[in-house]
Amino acid sequence: MKQGVMFLLLLSLITSCSDIRNNELSQNGLIYCSEGAPATFNPQLDTSGTTADATSHQLYSRLIEFDPDSSKIVPGLASSWLVSQDGLTYTFQLRRDVKFHTTSYFSPTRNFNADDVLFSINRWRLPDHDYHKVSGGNYPYFVSLGLSDVVKEVSRLNGYRVEIKLTRPDSSFLANLATDFSVILSEEYAAQLLAQGTPSLIDTKPVGTGPYKFVDYRKDSFIRYQRHENYWALKNIPEQLIYDITTTDSLRLAKLISGECDAISYISTSETSAVDQRDNLTLNITPGLNIGFWAFNTQKPPFNDAKVRRALALAIDKNTLIEAIYLGSAERAHGLLPETSWAYESLKSDTNYNPALARQLLEEAGLSSGFKMNIWAMPVQRAYNPNATKMAEIIQSYLQDVNIEAQIISLEWSTFRERLNEGEHDSVLIGWSADNGDPDNFYRPLLSCQAIKSGTNRARWCSSRYDDLIEEALLITDIELRKTYYHLANAVLAEEMPLVPIAHAYRYQAYSNRLKGLKINPFGGIRFGDVEKH
Amino acid sequence: MLNYAIRRINLLFFTLLVLSVVSFSLAYLFPGNALTNLSGIKSPSSEQLISLTQSYNIGENYFWQYIAYLRLLMDGDWGVSFTSQQSLLKDISLTLPATIELSAYAFTFSILIGVPMGVLAGLKHNKPFDFGILSASLLGYSIPVFWLALILIQALSLKLSWLPLSGRISLYFDVPIQSGFIILDIFKADNLDKTAALQDAFFHLILPTVSIATLTSSIIIRMVRKSVLDVLEKDYIKAAYGRGQTNMQVFWKHGLRNALLPVLPLIVTQFTILLTNAMIVEVIFSWPGIGNWLIQAIYQRDYPAIRGGMLMVSSLVIMFTISLDILLRLIDPIKGRRNRVAI
Repeated sequence: MKQGVMFLLLLSLITSCSDIRNNELSQNGLIYCSEGAPATFNPQLDTSGTTADATSHQLYSRLIEFDPDSSKIVPGLASSWLVSQDGLTYTFQLRRDVKFHTTSYFSPTRNFNADDVLFSINRWRLPDHDYHKVSGGNYPYFVSLGLSDVVKEVSRLNGYRVEIKLTRPDSSFLANLATDFSVILSEEYAAQLLAQGTPSLIDTKPVGTGPYKFVDYRKDSFIRYQRHENYWALKNIPEQLIYDITTTDSLRLAKLISGECDAISYISTSETSAVDQRDNLTLNITPGLNIGFWAFNTQKPPFNDAKVRRALALAIDKNTLIEAIYLGSAERAHGLLPETSWAYESLKSDTNYNPALARQLLEEAGLSSGFKMNIWAMPVQRAYNPNATKMAEIIQSYLQDVNIEAQIISLEWSTFRERLNEGEHDSVLIGWSADNGDPDNFYRPLLSCQAIKSGTNRARWCSSRYDDLIEEALLITDIELRKTYYHLANAVLAEEMPLVPIAHAYRYQAYSNRLKGLKINPFGGIRFGDVEKH
Repeated sequence: MLNYAIRRINLLFFTLLVLSVVSFSLAYLFPGNALTNLSGIKSPSSEQLISLTQSYNIGENYFWQYIAYLRLLMDGDWGVSFTSQQSLLKDISLTLPATIELSAYAFTFSILIGVPMGVLAGLKHNKPFDFGILSASLLGYSIPVFWLALILIQALSLKLSWLPLSGRISLYFDVPIQSGFIILDIFKADNLDKTAALQDAFFHLILPTVSIATLTSSIIIRMVRKSVLDVLEKDYIKAAYGRGQTNMQVFWKHGLRNALLPVLPLIVTQFTILLTNAMIVEVIFSWPGIGNWLIQAIYQRDYPAIRGGMLMVSSLVIMFTISLDILLRLIDPIKGRRNRVAI
């Protein structure tokens, strides 16, 4: 009898805890289990996805934003903008009612205005700016696109009107201003910190205009944000946003299932079925703006011969690779761009598996007796290539059929990239994730001559014909006309085959049904500004 | 007695000395520069390098380097961690309380379960109840701790979603760290709903505590049961029955006290085993204790942290064991010497 009572008591105790996850407290807070700690709280300083996820859309706003649904550019802190006829002058009209975060370490005395825009852009643009050298002084996104050279002048027309002059027309400029990295910082806070002699706090104790403000951060443990009550586009969002830093993939999934997280980052393909089986969880899938490819080092013989490159492309069966490596979580790539991009072209010139033709081409190139080559397989897992080593093994066996002996090389990731930049490879399996929705973000960093130096052109391929086309495309604002330029560039690629596009991987987002409004942002970091919890 | 205490303290002193020698040599056995491994500062500036070389006596022979190391240990300068670049002692002071707290609860729980169950089994000797308890304790004794933890997570967290599986308290509660003991910190915090926070902390405690306590309670059950059986055979029990006392009277007046006295010291020594189990379980439940911290240090090849963590944990266990030895000897000068029992 007594034992029965005890048992009932214990049972009621245990079952009552399912309430704790549905109580008011959990209603007012959102927990996101992220895969790592951000390197900094200022996304200008770091291009990694982890930093962008943690900070970019939570703490900050941009002048203009990408709409995740239509991939169009929409107003952000700038309510409207004008581009001059020659494409050299951009004028932004700023919102007047935007307030910066009031935190324990900073109380703003004024609203957002043109000075903040000037400060935020000049910080990365001008090497002699007071804040340029603070926190390392490295602004990788802006440097990789050479934006400091593109922007000629940023000037304040009045308190709420800013004019940006460019040195040359650049139709991807607006897209660059809408990326995760072009955040607006507070000039007033910066001045205050400079007077205190602690300028580097601007990147560790952040102040922005985003939907959430910074409260607390413990390295490798959690980030705590609080709702910014004066956010200019405030929705009915939870009072707290907490990043629970959980580096183990399986533990993140377990926490999602047990209800300790409301959403998790990076779910692997093999685990998606566990989410699908549960009624209280949602799994969103979208084709990602990325590409996994096989690039040939075109500066080394025999890969300097387009015929050999074409032969190698014909020797592999892409469909098998996609089935074996991506397990159905990717789409076959026909060109550089995925189908979601507005400049996508359903390419007729995509290569199909044809070993006979491959052998014939090799014979024409005078290599019928075969040769040796190496395939560098990146050692880390990325959405665009979840298992490069295995892919390299399959390619190795395909190459054997056409009398080519391939050796697989996989090194530690930082050494791998270093030696890749020095061009030691014959061919490499690697990929690219886009930072913004503009097609230029694929064409230029991957294959332009300029990108050989900055290290993103893995094929080390330089063609003035191709470069001219993509440069021309940037000078044009009319979308239909720009499209034709990119299609012409596609034709050059199909002819030259500096790399074999393999797949565009899907992106997954797993979250609890209690969240409303969480979308996959195809152009970068996750956004919690519109996410409600019920 | 004084003699015994001096002998024990002597032993403690030399063991700690040996531990410090081992931890010092780790700096040389790990890959990389010994000075980096000792100080934890990866790329020191030239002034830093000079002062570090000086404070660690790097120019001198190993003996003087060791003496310098020992002096720095005493001063509380254990170096900094590679990953957090924070003082090791501070990192340890943040994680150690969590481990001690978990172990303390698990130990209390083991005693609360183990002692009554053991006594009951002893009293109902050779009856189905005894066999039931005995087989259950055999099962508990045989199940590996980490496996039990995983099974509990699978059943109670993932399948039924009754209990949380990681951490000390839900992140919804912003509990400022003061003492490092979560329950104490909740009482000290003034910005939250204490009842809800305590309830949440309690639910987070259940699974790790049960995982660790299962093994220890099984051991305690078996020890207590054996002791009760021994005592019931004794002449004074028979004499008590002879005086016409009832079962209850015999047990409460003569049986219980005499049965528990000899096993209490043995139960206390189980604590060190429990502490090591706690460190394993921490990793599974993401409990922010020192075991978890050490594992992270090993994954990240954080050599100073591995060195400091090992030194701290091993010193702690040694000091604990020896002070228990002395304490037991104080309580029970004669029986303290017997330190083995069949379980």
